[in-house]
Order: sequence, then C-alpha cells, then structure tokens
Amino acid sequence: MGKPLFEGAEWDFQTLDRALKAIEDIALNELKLDIYPNQIEVISSEQMLDAYSSLGMPLMYNHWSFGKLFAREETMYRAGYSALAYEIVINSNPCISYLLEENTMTMQALVMAHAAFGHNHFFKNNYLFRQWTNADGILDYLAFAKRYISACEERYGRGEVEAILDSAHAIMDQGVFRYRRPPRPSKERVAEKHRKRAEYEDEAYNDLWRTLPASLQPPVTTASPDPDDEGGPDMKLPEENLLYFLEKNSPALKPWQREMLRIVRNLAQYFYPQRQTKVMNEGCATFVHFTIMNALFDRGLITDGSIFEFLHSHTSVIFQPDFDDRRYYGINPYALGYAMMADIRRICENPTEEDRDWFPHIAGTGDFMVALKEAWANYRDESFIEQFLSPKVMRDFRLFGLHDKADDAAYKVSAIHNEPGYRKVRATLARQYDVGTADPNIQVVGANLRGDRKLLLEHRMHRAIPLQHNAKELVMAHIERLWGHEVELTEVAGE
Amino acid sequence: MTHFIDRRLNPKGKSLGNRQRFIRRARAQIRDAVQKSLKDSAVADLAKDRKIKISAKGTREPRFRLDPKSSGEQDFVLPGNKEFTPGDEIKKPPKGEDGARGKQASDSGDGEDDFEFTMSEEEVLDIFFEDLELPNLVRTTLKETPNRIWRRAGITTSGSPTQINLIRTMRNSYGRRLALKRPGLKDIAALEAQLAAAEIIDPQTPETCEEIVALKEQLAKANSKRKWIAFVDPIDVRFNSFTEQPIPTSQAVMFCLMDVSGSMGEREKDLAKRFYMLLHLFLKRRYEKVDVVFIRHTHDAQEVDEQEFFYSRQSGGTIVSTALDKMLEIQKERYATADWNIYAAQASDGYTQSGDARRCVEMLNGDIMPLCQYYAYIEILDEREMEVFASEDSGAELWRAYRTVAELWPNFATKRISKPADIFPVFRELFKKAEAV
Repeated sequence: MGKPLFEGAEWDFQTLDRALKAIEDIALNELKLDIYPNQIEVISSEQMLDAYSSLGMPLMYNHWSFGKLFAREETMYRAGYSALAYEIVINSNPCISYLLEENTMTMQALVMAHAAFGHNHFFKNNYLFRQWTNADGILDYLAFAKRYISACEERYGRGEVEAILDSAHAIMDQGVFRYRRPPRPSKERVAEKHRKRAEYEDEAYNDLWRTLPASLQPPVTTASPDPDDEGGPDMKLPEENLLYFLEKNSPALKPWQREMLRIVRNLAQYFYPQRQTKVMNEGCATFVHFTIMNALFDRGLITDGSIFEFLHSHTSVIFQPDFDDRRYYGINPYALGYAMMADIRRICENPTEEDRDWFPHIAGTGDFMVALKEAWANYRDESFIEQFLSPKVMRDFRLFGLHDKADDAAYKVSAIHNEPGYRKVRATLARQYDVGTADPNIQVVGANLRGDRKLLLEHRMHRAIPLQHNAKELVMAHIERLWGHEVELTEVAGE
Repeated sequence: MTHFIDRRLNPKGKSLGNRQRFIRRARAQIRDAVQKSLKDSAVADLAKDRKIKISAKGTREPRFRLDPKSSGEQDFVLPGNKEFTPGDEIKKPPKGEDGARGKQASDSGDGEDDFEFTMSEEEVLDIFFEDLELPNLVRTTLKETPNRIWRRAGITTSGSPTQINLIRTMRNSYGRRLALKRPGLKDIAALEAQLAAAEIIDPQTPETCEEIVALKEQLAKANSKRKWIAFVDPIDVRFNSFTEQPIPTSQAVMFCLMDVSGSMGEREKDLAKRFYMLLHLFLKRRYEKVDVVFIRHTHDAQEVDEQEFFYSRQSGGTIVSTALDKMLEIQKERYATADWNIYAAQASDGYTQSGDARRCVEMLNGDIMPLCQYYAYIEILDEREMEVFASEDSGAELWRAYRTVAELWPNFATKRISKPADIFPVFRELFKKAEAV
C-alpha cells in the first residue's frame, strides 16, 4: 500500500503532477490506453465560460452568436441555475484538457483521468475521429480561420462578414459529408491560394477597362478548376453538403466569401464525429475515470474521504431520471454509455446464460479491455447500441419504446424491457442515435446556371416528418442570400 | 510528456469582442428592454448593472429542424417504465401547452422565447446615450492650462533606462558588431578546439609548433578584439521618446434649473429628478470636461450640490425668475462666454407667480439666450393635464410665455413630460445628434 498522493481539497502543481503520474501509470500500463500527448491547462471560471461560448475551442473566430451564448451561460451560472463543467477537452494533438481552478484535488484527479486519458484515448482511436478529423491540424486551422475572418472584417466590413457567417451557420448541419470523404487540401495552401488570388485581383485591376466598349472588354478568364477538388467545374448532383455546393457553385459569392463557407464547413465536419459518438465518448471517459480512481484507491493512493467525494460526483454524473421525473432531459449519455461499458466488463468477467446467448463472442473472455477497446475503436453510438445494448441494461434502465403518430391523440407503447421486446427496444434506441435520421435529409437536386439560376433543394422526408415551418422560411432566406437567386425547397416522401 | 499550463493569469475578456457584436446585433431589442426596465426603477438605480430580458427576434439562429408534431410518425425510447405493457396508450399533452418538453423544444433552436442576460452599467448607458450629443458645441479657445497628453515622438539617443527600445538598440549593436567583425563565442570556441587538437599531437614537429603559436596568437587577438568591441556600446542605445502635446478641448457648462416649490408634487419632482439624472449621466459619460451647476428654486434660488439636488426635499412658493437670476449671476462669475459653451435645462410644472412669466421671457430674450448654445425647457404635467393640453399651443402660463421665446430662438426647445415613459423619448429628442449638414 502506498502513501496517499494528497489529503484534503487543496491542490497545487506538484500534487497535480504526482497524481497525473500515478494515473498515467495505471492508464498506460494496466488499461493499456493509447493516447495523444497531454497538455493540461488550469483555467478560471470566467475562462471556462469563454471556452463554452466558443464551442469549447481555445480559439475561435468572432461572431455575435458566441457572445449570445456567453451571455446566456454567464447569467445561468451567476444565478446558480447551472454549474460549470468540470473540464473541457479538445480533440487535438497534443490533447488539450482544461481543469477548472475551483475543483478540489479529488475532482482534478477525476477530471484528469476522465479527459486526459478517457476522452483522449477515444479521440485517438475511434474510427470516425481518425477518418474525419485532423487532430494535428485543428489548432492551426482555427488560428488561420480566426486570422482570416478578422482580416475579412477589416477589409470588407463587419456587417458583410457577419451576414455571410449568419447564413453559413444556418446551414451548418447541412454542411457535412456523411458518406464520402471530403476532399482535403492542406489548409495553408488554401489560405495561400486565396491570398494570392486577392492580391492578383488588386494588381490586375485597371479602371480603364471599364471605359472600353463591350466588344473590346478583355476576355473573362474562367477560373481554372481547383486541383484540390474532385470533379472540377461540373456539379455532381444530388449533393448532400449544401455548404460545399454553395462554396463551389454559387454564382453570387466572392472568393473570400467562399473561403468563409469553407471555414464553417470544415468546423461542421470537425464536430460531426462528436455528435455521432456522444454516448460512447462520455461512456468511455466515465468508464476510464471510474476504473482508474478505484485502482488508485486499491493501491492506497487516495484517501477514504477522496473516494467518497469521487463516488458522490460520479453517481451524480451518471444519474438517469425517469421519463416522468421533472429532471428528465433526455437519456443521459454518461449514464447510458457508462452502464453499457460496465456491463461489457461484467459480461466478459461474469457472464450469465442470457449473456452467453446474446454475446457469445465476448461472454466469459475475461479480458474486458480487449472487448472495450475494440468497441471504442470501431463503433459509433448507433452501431454500438445496436450491437452491445444488453437485456440487463435495458432492464436496469427500464427502457420502453413508444410509437408516435402525429395525428393520434396518444402514444402507443411498442415494446418494453421483456423477452419479446428487447430487440425492438434496442433497434429503436439505436435509430434514435443515428444522426442521419435525426437531421433532416436535404439535398441539392438541381441548379439552373444558365437560365433563371434557380436552385432546387429537396427534403427527403423520413417517415413523413416535415420541416418546422417557421425555421424553414428563415433558413431559406439565408440560403437565398448565399446563392444570390431564387431557391426552392420541396419536401418529398423518402424511403 | 505532460505539461501543465497555468492559464489563469491570461488576459480576461476574451469574449468581449463577441459580446460587443452580440449587443450591436440585438441593439433594437436591448434599447426597448432598457427603456422598460428604466421605467420601473428608482432614481438612484438608474446607473446599475441590470438584468435585461430581450425578445429573441433579431438574434435568432434558425436551423432546419424536423417537426414530428405536425405530421408523420416516429419511434423513440424512454427510460423508467413502471406500469406499461406493449399496446398501452399514453395520452399526449394537448397541443400548445408545453410542459416539461417545452424546454427541449426551445433549446433545439426554435428560438421564439425570450432571452435574459445581465448588462453592465457601462453597456446600458452606452445604448442609452447612443447618438446623443450636446447641440451646437463649439471648440472654444485654449485655456491657459490646456489638457496635455503624452504622445510617441520617435526614437532618441538619450533617455531614461525604462524607455530603452530594445529592438532598435540590439539591431544597432548587431550591425556594429558585424561591421567591426567582432568574433563571436563560436569563433573563439572553434579556435580553442583547433588549438587543443594541435596541442595533443605527439610528437610535436616544427610545423605543429608553428601552428600552435599562430593559433595562440589568433586566439589572443580575437579575445582582445572581443574586449575592445563591446557587445552593446553606448552608441547603440536608443530610447523611445515621448513629447507632451496640448489637446484642444471644448469646455461646456450645463445649468440645471429645477422647480421644487409646493406646487410640484412628489410625482412631478420625481419625474424632474429622473430627467436630470439622465442628463447628468449623459454628460458625465460623454464629456470629460463638462461642469454641471445645479440650481433649485422655490420663491428664491440656491446653487446646491449634486447630492442635495437629487435627494433633499424643500418646499415653498414659486418664482421662476429667481433661478434665472441665479444662473446669470453664476455665469458672470465663473463661466465667461469666450471660454465656455453654455447649456441650460429647466424643469417646472409651468406655474409661477403671476407676472413672473413675462419677466422670465424678458430675461431669456435679453440676457440668457444670447449666451446659450442651447436651452431646454421641460414642463412636467400630470396625465390629466396632458390630455387637456394636447395641443402644443395651449398650456399653463409659463408654457405659453416660453412658446414666444422658442419662436425667436431656434436653440430654445420646449417639451412636456407626464409619465416616466416620456422621459427617455423626450431626452433623446432634445439631444439627438444633428444630421450632418
């Protein structure tokens, strides 16, 4: 048994360092996690609010919506309605985690285990993050985006820039590639290209051309196809990525405006994996911190007091209120993720007959970390639930499925946590976590570039659910601004 | 492998830019809200941080969302089943009435709900006094003690050590060292290494001995050169220079004349005080060099300080001209027209001793208006009177008398206030920024 790393609530940097070393020892040698190097930063509550309001990123371009978010969060926080998150972690290499200075030492240890090892491992290993985000480049890219947008503000005026960002934000959810990998040129190269282009235009501009009769105008050179893009100038329709389509094909946008669309689109793409792995990501981090904190306790490295404090906050993090509880706010991703992962451990170590039926490939294998790491690496929420949600967890959560038809006066209970219902509940829940069906499926289906330049969009309705009417009108106005001409959206039955 | 970074001391207010953008964006809504919240607050609370509730209009962030309530069908899973079995039906909450789920709906970006946040005094006042200014302000002659400001004035060769310009100094030093070929530490180290290498050669031949001597000589030379060519020489040193420059200021004085006589009820006094409070805040905020003179009067006038003006009570008869006398007296004593822009604001309920109104008009036309840049008269009525005096032409004695002054002088303004809500619009009207001519 070792001597406790710390006693009491106070922390200092030596203690943090000692605790981190002990946690690292367990994480790397026992759990065999595979992580990016850590960079841990201690910040004040105001800085935490700052980070909140810029989508959790350490630097972000300026926009009023972030100010609005900050004002809202600050008011909630000051009024005591909401507590601050204990940490924020960024999918970057090195992996940056923020610790709140007000945390007690126990909380700092918990947060380090949670963010710097749990989330970190997940970011580095999950296939979505590996495929779709670039952890090495994100901070540089954000720095570029911030510089670029503030340069645009200086050059073209805040109002102009704000208008484009407003419109781009409105279709941010429709600005991701869901199925094909986005073309990815080097960010610096893009910046360089656009800077050069702007410079060239400045230099080549000659007011005299304006005075020539139309027949003598210099021939307009059509932009050479962008070598970074697949396909070149001709459009590939239908296109699911509205931001991408507008960036490449809008007749109304100037080069700097296209670059701004690209920035928003890249951000949307960067955050897309996080939206698809909420349950897994938080479950992974929660499972890791729980395992590590207990290992620390088993080795005598933290005191009884600490472990109780830890358990108290751990249980409140994974608390799941019932649907009829006033506190119910959807299914808590921490609760579901942690319960499923703890259950995988149980299935590996102490399987029941039922588990052997349901999970023959992992039941009783003993080494739960192998099973978990495999899951963390190769699944997203939807497929993870579809594959690993066990009858026991469904029973523990007392999950039940509802069928809701808009015209009916009542919901119908479609399945509950019993033998005939398990598979149905599981499949329904998995669908619920499929971002592809939660987001409206909107595609560009046609654009008349020669004639009236009308842009045709199509909403392929999933199970006949239409778009909210008011919001639709507002978003359409934004799309028209970016396209510069009429835009029409039709809602058609899909699937 | 791991670094801890203490960011707590980093500059604060990183999101200030975003906040300013947000406030500019929601300006119209915020102005309405501020005005509303002002109406209900006490005089002393005007300048305080306040919670503002604005409608989400203008700061909406629309997104495409699905609307499963209107048509279509969906399946979802909830936790915490207690008594349901498959096939059971659960009644939906009636449409329009959103219980616990309402929160979710608003969070998902529909954004029709109100939005509440706290604004600092600064921000409130900024919005308050946006586009307002003292009319006809003229830049008067520089007084004997004009304001001075330190401005950068390039680089000098002498100065105090705290003002050393390191970049220039080191650049000069580097240039000089290059020009004089001062050997660097690397060169010395290289020579020393060569020497050491030569010295360990065994046995020594005459050539190597010679080489050693030559190397030693070079080394000595290099070392002495390093000594007499200083790394940083006094001639390299440069200092940032600052000079004092006078800045022209325009000086202004605002005379606040308030009737506190018996005919002014508590309500009227409160309205007048609110008006002056606003005026006072506006001047304090916008103009560094504005003197404010507070004069209150009953049947005779006194100059009082801010505290007394706003917070003390007094009562008596009404002779308005005494206040004008007092103002003239103070102006002659302290505020020469050559140096000062003179402004006056007068608040009264419009009643004065009979015959006094004529005297007031004479004084205004004869003595006061020629001195003033701007004179604002605010008449405070109760709401019944306001209806009776709906037309600009009808009114109490003083009002009718002042109308004649207003016809003669374009920089004389009259306005009426009957309820707190009037104060701000009237104030804005009086101090609206003039269109550029």
